[in-house]
Amino acid sequence: MTDQLTTTESPSLDSEPPVQLTVPLSHPRLPRWAPLAALAFSVAAAGVLGILLGWGLVAIASFATVLNVVAITGWSRAVENARAAKDRLMTALVWTSFAIALVPLLSLTWTVLAKGLPQLTGEFFTGTMRNVIGEGGGIQHAIVGTLLITLGAAVISVPVGLMTAVYLVEYGGDSRLARWLTFLVDVMTGIPSIVAGLFAYALFQLIFGPGIRMGFGGSIALSLLMIPVVVRSCEEMLRLVPADLREASYALGVPKWRTILRVVIPTSLAGIVTGVTLAVARVAGETAPLLIIAGKTDSVSWNLFSDAPMMTLPVFTYYSYTQPGIPASFGQERAWGAALVLILIVMALNLLARYVGARFSPKKAR
Amino acid sequence: MKTFTRVRKPHATHPAQEPRNATRPADTSPEQRRAAMARRIEVSDLDIYYGDFLAVRQVSMEIKANEVTALIGPSGCGKSTFLRSLNRMHEVIPGARVEGRIVMDGQDLYAPHVDPVAVRRQVGMVFQRPNPFPTMSIYENVLAGMRLNARRLSKSDADAIVERSLRGANLWEEVKHRLDKPGAGLSGGQQQRLCIARAIAVEPAVLLMDEPCSALDPISTAAIEDLIQELKTDYTIVIVTHNMHQAARVSQETAFFNLEGVGLPGQLVEMSSTKKIFSNPDNAATEAYVSGRFG
Repeated sequence: MTDQLTTTESPSLDSEPPVQLTVPLSHPRLPRWAPLAALAFSVAAAGVLGILLGWGLVAIASFATVLNVVAITGWSRAVENARAAKDRLMTALVWTSFAIALVPLLSLTWTVLAKGLPQLTGEFFTGTMRNVIGEGGGIQHAIVGTLLITLGAAVISVPVGLMTAVYLVEYGGDSRLARWLTFLVDVMTGIPSIVAGLFAYALFQLIFGPGIRMGFGGSIALSLLMIPVVVRSCEEMLRLVPADLREASYALGVPKWRTILRVVIPTSLAGIVTGVTLAVARVAGETAPLLIIAGKTDSVSWNLFSDAPMMTLPVFTYYSYTQPGIPASFGQERAWGAALVLILIVMALNLLARYVGARFSPKKAR
Repeated sequence: MKTFTRVRKPHATHPAQEPRNATRPADTSPEQRRAAMARRIEVSDLDIYYGDFLAVRQVSMEIKANEVTALIGPSGCGKSTFLRSLNRMHEVIPGARVEGRIVMDGQDLYAPHVDPVAVRRQVGMVFQRPNPFPTMSIYENVLAGMRLNARRLSKSDADAIVERSLRGANLWEEVKHRLDKPGAGLSGGQQQRLCIARAIAVEPAVLLMDEPCSALDPISTAAIEDLIQELKTDYTIVIVTHNMHQAARVSQETAFFNLEGVGLPGQLVEMSSTKKIFSNPDNAATEAYVSGRFG
């Protein structure tokens, strides 16, 4: 597009260089379709070469990737200038990294969809595994368990986490307690999930005796993992609220607690809700602590606090895959179905977080 | 801008006065109320600290009721710090404290049992940068002082307060058709007038303004200066400004702050009528500063 704009004053080596009055502000550019053309060329070349030499798909893809990076950079170096070539190189590398990152995601999604989608029948959602041997059965008990236990964990973690964050941001300042809290939250972030499960089990065993299995214990274990995440995300969001707004509120004669409740938290609500939802999504897929404290069962349990095991989706998936029964195929199919449902639940939570985030974010101009 | 109508009078008959009556049972007649509106402030031997650092030293001045007092001086001389100590906003900063007396109508603002929240309800503040609440509409922003304090208002009272405050801030005509739009969508000058409307909606006795026009263009500045002139009939106004012309235009009294050197506390050099400060000041430093021959 800018080809016509090149300056006529280009210095040549053999003739006496005239006094250059204008510094050229434009240089030749590759056409817009250049990256695509380079990619097509690389894929075609690698494909032809690979077929001729009998390479596998991975080898062809790797060679095409390298060839693409080299081709676009070389082409740019030849036509454009060195800086543009560097730009092309980095752009190609970034796109390549992006594609590599996408491969496992697509592969995972495809596998789970292909194997899990056929399982999603009405019976799969409404039935349980009570008295089911072989074909049929459902995961209602696991869905109910996952939702209840995660809800329980959220009910415990959100108030604790949010209030901790409010203390750290609004009251703690540089005090010793605040520093200790920050340190302990960091330590908590590093707790292995199995340890959280063992903690909940040990705690409940002290109260209810050995061999206890309880859904609420699962909530406790998950909340242990969730609280530090909630504290961290809420703290970040609360710190983002400009001090101007707090001062504006104080200057109107609003007490500090009302300022926090009515100005600071509403202003950062979108971020807080997003952070909390992501934390929920993160713990919903936890397996290890639930294996220990929530246990496994074949029937629906609606009571978090009953002295009985409660099935959850990750645990269901684990047992269906490792102990599928005879014949093995039915159990493994159910494991893929349950895995897909778990992914769908987590994805629904993420979408909800985005929607809520957009809904509550401070209203923009016009 | 000239179509300002004084809706605030008569005070006692206005429905919007109801909630105010509830908070100030002592005020009965319009005359008493009127007298209670604007207040004079006496500052004596005020030292202002940030932690161990003495930022402003030994300020004593009298701020007269129903007048505009301008605080001028070079950057870092403590004008804003002094202003913020007048409604106890200074202590919001960790480690900040004040020694000395600030007496408003016989009450020391820094006496042991004085509630800073109560002080701020009497002494409102407008900040340098317009800071409307981003989660609130224009309407809600004006009512923020009431709503955030969970004061109950009937719809008609709320409407009356919003209209009166926005008219008071010369903003009503510009926003009356879009009161439900977010306050952050207004222009900078409109946002600043919205903040003024928000400050006067709670009917303080004193209005502090910390460089209210420094982020605004000349036209918005003129609008705010007109507004200050109108507001001084009802409020005592203290304004910090870097703009000497502005100080000369809007104020009746001017106080010049200065500091002797980097790291030394700022102090009040001279305070007098604006006319005297700008024509025939007593202090040589003041004369150098107002005539632009400073430093």
